[in-house]
Amino acid sequence: MNAAPRGRRLGRLERPALTGVLVREVVNFSSYWRSSTFSSTVEPTIYLLAFGFGFGSIVSRIAGYEYIEFVGTGIVATAVLFSSAFPAMFGTFVKYQFQRTYDAILAAPVDTEELVTAEALWIATRAGIYGCVPLLVALAFGLDPAWGMLAVPGIAWVAGFGWACFGISVAGFASSFENFNYVVSAVLTPLFLVAGTFFPLSELPEWAQILGNVNPLHHCVELVRHAAFGWEGWSDLARLGALVAFGLVLWRIAIHAMTRKLVD
Amino acid sequence: MSGELAIRLRGVVKRYGAITAVNGLDLDVPAGTCVGLLGPNGAGKSTTMRLLTAQSIADEGELEVLGFRLPGESKAARAECGVAPQLDNLDVTLTVEQNLLVFAHLYRIGRSERRDAIERALEMANLVDRRNTRVDKLSGGMRRRLLIARALVHGPRLVLLDEPTVGLDPQVRQELWALIDALRSEGATILMSTHYIEEAQRLADTVLIMSHGSAVAAGAPTQLVAEHAGREALEVYGPPARLAEVEGQAAAAGLRTRRTGTSISILGVDGDGGYAVDGERRPANLEDVFVLLTGEEID
Repeated sequence: MNAAPRGRRLGRLERPALTGVLVREVVNFSSYWRSSTFSSTVEPTIYLLAFGFGFGSIVSRIAGYEYIEFVGTGIVATAVLFSSAFPAMFGTFVKYQFQRTYDAILAAPVDTEELVTAEALWIATRAGIYGCVPLLVALAFGLDPAWGMLAVPGIAWVAGFGWACFGISVAGFASSFENFNYVVSAVLTPLFLVAGTFFPLSELPEWAQILGNVNPLHHCVELVRHAAFGWEGWSDLARLGALVAFGLVLWRIAIHAMTRKLVD
Repeated sequence: MSGELAIRLRGVVKRYGAITAVNGLDLDVPAGTCVGLLGPNGAGKSTTMRLLTAQSIADEGELEVLGFRLPGESKAARAECGVAPQLDNLDVTLTVEQNLLVFAHLYRIGRSERRDAIERALEMANLVDRRNTRVDKLSGGMRRRLLIARALVHGPRLVLLDEPTVGLDPQVRQELWALIDALRSEGATILMSTHYIEEAQRLADTVLIMSHGSAVAAGAPTQLVAEHAGREALEVYGPPARLAEVEGQAAAAGLRTRRTGTSISILGVDGDGGYAVDGERRPANLEDVFVLLTGEEID
């Protein structure tokens, strides 16, 4: 007997496949948006209020800014981190390990590259929106509005894409939830503290300053601050380039990690 | 489409470290037929299903699904396949209809056809009244029907059902058999893995018996039974010593036997044949064939 007639071969990163995965996320989001929005916005806002009014009462100005302005812009990066890396790590792990959602999706005409890309795009979009919340809170507490702030959702989106891919990669390499403790303690917490969010890197020892300058979160902090207080030309472009490079490298790593995990 | 193969596997091998899950498997699934993969847990049925969707990659051999060579062209093949997995992977916080909507998008059904496709799938799975029910509020049988509806939403040319009734009570199993039978009668090509003898016997046009990753026999259920176990079997009950004696007599008469717990089945006792042992005659079945060919019991 002969094999059945051949149809057309499908390509890579097809829009229908990306759309299909995104539709699933959007439909699911309708069932958990309240809790997700709560955790992704309240936590950085608490940081903002605690540091802004706590430290702000003993430190009036820092690096030429009012402290509430300094923290209000810096904490955007924290909101991006909290709403991208963490949901990506835990969400990805739950979906492949417990819910087996990815097995269902990969039985449809979707490949791992498309699956990972769509998941990262969705998380980045959420991070782009949630990242703006601390800025809005800071505006309510006296931060002067500026046209440059309109770029903040975009900056948060680019950074969020990279951190989403980071989270997916961690989930792809992890064999259990417990593995996340190492990543949170040894990677995310130091990067979070050495990002220039709460104090300028120039006050740190030289090794910490070097670490800070390779920290994507620091570039996000600086870009948001410059969006609010004035751009710094080529250096900001370089920072944006660093965030894009971070996103692209982690995107490929995430695809590799998830392919290993999902296709045996 | 008769004469065409929906699935063609040749010499397929899949290893996980030292374990060979699929060992030189050849499989032909003609278009428009229902083929059952019958075997106990660990026979390689689910691995075979994963190979067909390229969620596992074969170490050796050739795989073609709907004319597409795997794994390179698997995405195009998956566009025309529907898969109902053994493990429930529905989105439990979504409604029945939302689950189908998501997969209508994933299977690239156009906007103008999406509504009709979802309605058809709901009707086929008898879930119209449950369309707005969240999946976590459905019974096990309804969830299984939804899994099948999800696999059918895009009108696939080939349907892969991995243990479609495992873990369900007999009444729900009957409902699902009716659903699968309706699919069959509409001319769908179905590959179904199962470890239920009755399921294979009732639904499959052709049964492939698998053991330790290999195919040990293939054919229509009645043909397999006639070929390997004859028309009738004699079931003899008694204490172990009596069963051992009967077993010896049957062997001396050139008849094959299988132990079934507290009894022994003597196969191929068609007609009276002069074989005079008291027992209960019953039609030979696929289970007899399975045990004879593999030496393993199946539940």
